[in-house]
Amino acid sequence: MAQSENEILDGIAELVNEETGLPKESVEMDKSFTDDLDIDSLSMTSIVVHAEEKFGVTIPDEDSKNLRTVRDVVAYIQQAQG
Amino acid sequence: MSEQTPRSAAAGTSGAVVVTGMGATTPLGGDVPSTWEAALAGRSGARPLTMPFVEELGLPVTFGGTLAVPATDVLPRHESKRLDPSAQYALIAGREAWAQAGAPEVEGERLGVVVATGIGGVTTLIGAYDVLRERGPRRVLPLTVPMLMPNGAAGALAIEFGAQAGAHSPASACASGAEAIAYAAEMIRTGRADVVIAGGTEAAILALPIAAFASMHALSLRNDTPETASRPYDVTRDGFVLAEGAGVVVLESEAHAAARGARVLGTVAGAGITSDAHHIAAPDPEGLGATRAMRLALQQAGAQPSDVVHVNAHATSTPVGDVAEAVALRAALGGATDAVAVSATKSMTGHLLGGAGSLEAIFCLKALEDGLAPPTINVTELDPQIDLDVVLDEPRKIPNGPDVVALDNAFGFGGHNAALALTGPRGGAA
Repeated sequence: MAQSENEILDGIAELVNEETGLPKESVEMDKSFTDDLDIDSLSMTSIVVHAEEKFGVTIPDEDSKNLRTVRDVVAYIQQAQG
Repeated sequence: MSEQTPRSAAAGTSGAVVVTGMGATTPLGGDVPSTWEAALAGRSGARPLTMPFVEELGLPVTFGGTLAVPATDVLPRHESKRLDPSAQYALIAGREAWAQAGAPEVEGERLGVVVATGIGGVTTLIGAYDVLRERGPRRVLPLTVPMLMPNGAAGALAIEFGAQAGAHSPASACASGAEAIAYAAEMIRTGRADVVIAGGTEAAILALPIAAFASMHALSLRNDTPETASRPYDVTRDGFVLAEGAGVVVLESEAHAAARGARVLGTVAGAGITSDAHHIAAPDPEGLGATRAMRLALQQAGAQPSDVVHVNAHATSTPVGDVAEAVALRAALGGATDAVAVSATKSMTGHLLGGAGSLEAIFCLKALEDGLAPPTINVTELDPQIDLDVVLDEPRKIPNGPDVVALDNAFGFGGHNAALALTGPRGGAA
């Protein structure tokens, strides 16, 4: 069952906070994970692994490498949840 | 003893390696002051284990020396989840030591780290294997390797403090923590660094290590009374109590410490490292390697056996090991042994494995500062094979200050022997 955009955003913000200690409020739709949030590739992979479990989706490596912004991830998960 | 050398090394003049910071997290307390206070009070850090695996797997040992203050109560979640518990403990102890040293201003290229562990990131390794088996390879997190590697704690501390003179992780089982301090002192003596953060850490109170140590009959089986289980030198001792934690010190060349007006807590006057080449797990019954380590430490310190006032023994509470060390100590110090106050603090802390040697070096420095040898608890009947003056039940006054020596012994599976000769601060606490 698909979740709303805001529910997914909140969930991603929680994962980012747990992984990096960044405040949840800093995780905004148009932020880039690497450029704006300064998240390294190992942490990003952890976040993707946790996101797969949390949202019940699969995000293959060839797709995850194209997910640059928070909005990209939210949209991908929404679509994958169908 | 070999030829007499000037006392200047022990007394801490030119070329001396001084201690300017100490930190610890142990079964007795979350820092050095609380740990030392509990040790002087003769409290036990052994307690029943509450993890579900203890009952699920029917482990033969159901207690251990878990941390008095859980690391996850100290570190924020984003820090703790990126570090194996063994690295978390080292970081907590390292921050305390660094703060006590006054966060010295030192160039990164002149600052080193030596953090040892006996087993390494075994919590991470076992946890990741469970994830792999239960949930598949895609669920194994990318930080698994940096968290499980035995140099993870050294790397984490190097990053924390900006140490660029080298980060090392000697692995010599239960001698690791003392060997780390010996190696760090050598880095300073040979001019590789001005300041080195050094110590040992361990976090291995898990089902597999418990089962494996129990399989070699190394652990006490006193499940009904954990607090009385660790009883070095007692006739009824039946093995060690597995514990966890870290002890970390800041070592500094005396010149560097003096230039910044740092408070000196003591010196690492000498260190001796040897190996038995005898058996992978059993100590040499005559303790020859241990004897040599103690002699080398005193020799480097320029000290005589009669300068030694206190020994913090390795004494883990195993039937064979405690006697072998006692024999070795008497061989190293000869008749001077009679005047030495010997303490087995593992009776209270349990055995921190890779963390033991460095924690007990801190105990030696505190003993010299306070002029008090900590007690050995749980000895109801001293083993007649132990021909030592053991400090029983209550702390005992000892001479203190920079002119007397305390020895810290640490021995490990593999036949590793490490001995540190430590001296106290000038004038002690008073």
